This record gives sequence, C-alpha cells and structure tokens, in this order.
Amino acid sequence: MSAVIVEHITKTFNKGKIKALDNVSFSVQEGELFGLIGPDGAGKTSLFRILTTLWLADSGKAEVKGLDVVQDYKAIRKRIGYMPGKFSLYQDLTVEENLSFFATLFNTTIRENYDLVKDIYVQLEPFKDRKAGKLSGGMKQKLALCCALIHKPDVLFLDEPTTGVDPVSRKEFWEMLRRLQSRITIIVSTPYMDEATLCDRIALMQDGRIMQLDTPEGIVRSFNDTLLSIRGNDMFGLIGAIRALPEISGCYAFGESLHVRFPADAWTETGLRSALEQFSGLVIEPITPGIEDCFMALIEPHAAH
Amino acid sequence: MRTLMILLRKEFQQIRRNPAILRIIFMMPAVQLLILPLAADYEVKNVNLTVVDNNHSDYSRRLINKLAANDHFTLVGVTDNYKEALVTIEQDKSDIVLTIPPHFDREIIREDEAALHLSANAVNGAKGNIGAAYAQSIIADFNNEIRRELLAMPRMNPAPVIEVTTINRFNDTMAYAIFMVPGILVILVTMVGSFLASLNIVHEKEVGTIEQLNVSPIKKHQFILGKLIPFWLLGFVVLTIGLLIARVVYGIIPEGNLGLIYLFAGVYLLALLGIGLLISTVSETQQQAMLMSFFFMMIFILMGGLYTSIDSMPEWAQVVTRFNPVRYFIEVMRMVIMKGSTFRDILPNLYVIGGMAVFFNGLAILLYRKRS
Repeated sequence: MSAVIVEHITKTFNKGKIKALDNVSFSVQEGELFGLIGPDGAGKTSLFRILTTLWLADSGKAEVKGLDVVQDYKAIRKRIGYMPGKFSLYQDLTVEENLSFFATLFNTTIRENYDLVKDIYVQLEPFKDRKAGKLSGGMKQKLALCCALIHKPDVLFLDEPTTGVDPVSRKEFWEMLRRLQSRITIIVSTPYMDEATLCDRIALMQDGRIMQLDTPEGIVRSFNDTLLSIRGNDMFGLIGAIRALPEISGCYAFGESLHVRFPADAWTETGLRSALEQFSGLVIEPITPGIEDCFMALIEPHAAH
Repeated sequence: MRTLMILLRKEFQQIRRNPAILRIIFMMPAVQLLILPLAADYEVKNVNLTVVDNNHSDYSRRLINKLAANDHFTLVGVTDNYKEALVTIEQDKSDIVLTIPPHFDREIIREDEAALHLSANAVNGAKGNIGAAYAQSIIADFNNEIRRELLAMPRMNPAPVIEVTTINRFNDTMAYAIFMVPGILVILVTMVGSFLASLNIVHEKEVGTIEQLNVSPIKKHQFILGKLIPFWLLGFVVLTIGLLIARVVYGIIPEGNLGLIYLFAGVYLLALLGIGLLISTVSETQQQAMLMSFFFMMIFILMGGLYTSIDSMPEWAQVVTRFNPVRYFIEVMRMVIMKGSTFRDILPNLYVIGGMAVFFNGLAILLYRKRS
C-alpha cells in the first residue's frame, strides 16, 4: 500500500505567473524513506505544504494514508508529523515544555511514546530546562524532530531538516531517520546531494517538476555519459577551453577539479588530452558519477553554462 | 475544551516569561495615569498681557490694575506704542495686547461709549482664544462697575444688573484629573486589547510556530479563543490597576456601580480584541501590525472625546466618532464615575459596543478561515 499518493498536483502563485509545482505525480510506499532533492525554489516546500494540508493545490489530487488532503484534512493532521524548514517551536518555552505542549495537543504524553523519541531525547535531556531559543542549531533540529514525532505519526514530513546544521549533527540526524524508518514512513527534502544516497528512493526536482524518480543506485545507473575529472594549473582558462570543445555536454567545477561530461563515443581520454595540450599540470581521471553529477546532467538542458 | 486549556496554559507560560508584556501591563497604567492627567491640562493660566495705554487716565489705570490683579493674567508691560507691543507678541513674550485709545475716559463720560482693542496671538490657539475671552469678561465687569458709579443712585438701581453664578455639576471644582483619568484608563485598556493580542498572533506567524499549530488537530476557534482569553483577562488587570491608582492618587471613587464598568469593559474588550484579531489576520510581520494598530489608535484617541469634546466637532466628524469604540467607553466611564449612571443609562452604549464586538470578531474569523 502507498502511504502517500500525489497525482498531477499543480500550484501557482501570482495568478498563475509563477509555477511552484507543475503537474507533479509520485507515490511513496509504506515504510519508505523518500527524498525530495533539489535546489532552493524547486518546489519542495510547496509540495510539503500541500501534503500537510496547509495549502490547497490549484489542481490535482493527493492522499496521505488513503485520506484526501482536502476533504479529510482533519484526520490527516492527527496522523502526520511535520517539521518545517524554519525552526518553528516556541523559543521562549523550555525543551521539556515544548515537547509536552505538542504531546498534550495530540492527547498523549511524553512517557507514552517515549520509546519513539528516546534515541534523540536522551541527547536533549541535559538541556531540558533550557529555553528552545537558546539551543544550538543541531539541538534545535533534534528537538523539532522530537516534537514532530511525539504523537507517533504514521507519516513524517521533514522539510530541509539538516540545512544549517554542522556535518556531525547532520550525520547523526540521518542515522536517526534510518532507525525510525522501520516504523514510520518518512518524506524528507534536502538540497544536499550527499544525503540523497541515504534515501530509499529519491525524486530530483527542479522548477516545480520531478526530473527523475528512482533509487539512488538506479539514478546513477541511468547516467550513460562518460564522466572525467580534469585538473590543471590554470583552472579558469581550462573551463573555458573545455566548454568551447564540440560535443561536451557538461563542464562544471566540483571541489578542486572540473567534472566533464560527454557522450561515450564523442571523445577518448587521449583525444581530450591532446586537445588541451597547451595547459600545464593536466590531470585527467575517469570517475563514477554521483547524484550531483546526475542532477547536473538533468538540469543541463535548462540551465545555461 | 481540553485543547483550549492546553493552549491557555502555554499562553500564560509565555506571558509570564515575557518581561516586556509584564512591564507594559503594570508600568504603563502607573506611569500614564500619574503623569498624563497632570500634564494634559486645558486650564489656561499665565496669559501674558501687554497694555498699550494711550490714555493715561484714571479709568485706564483702573482697567489695567483690574486685569493685572486677575489670576489668569500676567502683566508683562505697559507702553504707549502699539507697534512696540506687537513686537512682544512676535517674540512670544505676550499673548494678548490690549490697546486703550487716547480719549478713552472722555468718551466714556461724554458719549457713554468707548472702544478698546484686543489683539490675541493665535499661534497657540487655545491660549489666545481663552485669554481673549477672559479679558473680555473682565472688561465687561469693569464696564458695569463704572456704569454704576456714573449713574446717580436714588431709591432704586436704574441699571439692573444680572449676575450669573455657575455650579459645575458632577465635577464641582472642575478638577481636570476627574475628567481625564477615566478617559486615559480607557486608552490603556484599548492598547492592551488591540496591540498586545494582535502582536502576539502575528508573532506566531513571524516565528513560524503557527505552522506547527496548523498541522495539529487544533480547531480554528480553539486557537482564536486561546489567544483572546488571556488578553481579555489582562485587560481587566490593567483596568483594575488603573481604577486603584485613580482611587489612591486622585481620590476618584466612582459615583455609580463599579460592576457596571467591569461589565462594559468585558464587552468592550471583546470588540477591541476583534479589531486586534482583524489586524493580525491582514499583517504578516509584527512591524506591520504595530503600524496598523498605531494608525487606528491615533484616530481612536483623537476622535474619542478624550481631549476634545465631541459636541464641538464639526458635523461630519461627529458622525465618524460613532464608529469609534473608544468614544463609547469614555462616555460610559465618565457617566458611571462622575454622574453615577445606572445600567439603563449605559444600555445604548452597551448595545453599540456589543454590535461592534460581533462585527469585528465575525469579520476576523471569516478572514481567518480562508486557507490559501
């Protein structure tokens, strides 16, 4: 059974001038950790707001746990947990007060569902009398996750939970999600491509559309082009020279090197090397693509170099 | 009901922890009630008078002495040059210039008629106006005096004199505080009602906590009641503190039933909270809400009859004040505190405010319901 079904959802702003979501359809299986990956403005938050019954879509249909997001919004609200991208707990209440407030709102107590939040809450417990506004970024996110979980939701919506969180906390946060996944369906959005590989399935989003939807491995597998990592002494000159070559479908800076993508039969490594012979210190290595490379390949037709 | 209690508990937890709100609730009434009634005083004292005496007669000297002896006037100079006197007005040294013409005494005796000339500085309109009026009444008094002297006094007085004495009902000493304190109290209650509640709701929007509440099974009316009730109660707290200050500091003890004031305040606060709610639904940030509240407050205060009497406003302005809730509460406050009015007397005002409460809250809830 599908936990979430989205069919042809479209949402526009400014009387149709801005398309936040453009005919989006997908479904999320029970117990899945589903990732929405895309840059800012891709439409991830709009999608969350529609699924969490905060906004109405212009057209299309969506269901959460078999309940319609428009008709059954009251029932849905009892069964979902939502963690907005912006920290939205009461900063002037303490950790414990926040958690018990949200627990009692859903007619439950911290103790009743303690096992669900235990892993996270033990880390927060030393600070339970501290005001939420005084917590560090990572702690805030953990508290927000606790508050979204405390009523034992069936589906958890996490909108960019790790944005602005340090790398260690990010890693911890994802480990928690993996542990929760056995009991709860999770939909998470993130602009970080490295987090995509931790999901069961991901949807790559851009400009309100889903570009590709597959498992992280499936998405990497569908990458048919050749990808090379090229480094040289004059990186700036190099990037211009490569982009000027024929049949290069993508060339972008990636850390300290350039990732160059082209159809498999267009170039050979030696051919490329001789075309760039005027550059000193040239290092060319074939590499396996990551999610980010796949994403760049997908958006290339849309974005100018 | 249970959900409402949870929301209320949370709200009070937050209010208790917010030093700014506590300060506003306890300090604002104290400071405003202690300072404003003493400062916002319309009684015009110290009208500076310059006399241009071109006559230098007994009569002119008597008139000058009479004016100078009056409490309201301070004689700042006597000259015989009108231009010189006008310069003192320009320099703001005098407010009124009285010119006595050269043949003042002769005209009084021979022609039974003499003219005087008053120039008032209208830059400070109230002072000029009231000063001139004072001067006129003193001159009229002087006129009677000399008329009686000039007439022979046989068996009866051929010049009948009607003397007017006034009793100020409900405020016999015309104490300004008794008039101002109830009005200022209304303004304080109004601020708590409209400002605090709307700022509080908009704060939830601004911080984003409203999102969390919206995805929880809280119903709209529970959320709204959870916001209104705390500030409704706070309004009463401010009112009580204000009435206590009025009693202790100014000795103002309501002539009428105190319960009537609380009853009216209860309905009045509902109307005000409705306005606050309305403001919060149309603003996204606290700044917007603040500016909008400010706009309304200015109109409410200036057109509420606190400082300027509504009866002396132009016709159209009087019509506008009918839509001003502050006006009705100030009326009721003064009626109950000064006149000892009864429930029946305040009933018309109660109806209007009740109507406003229903209207504003209804409109706010209607706008609030709309989901984008």
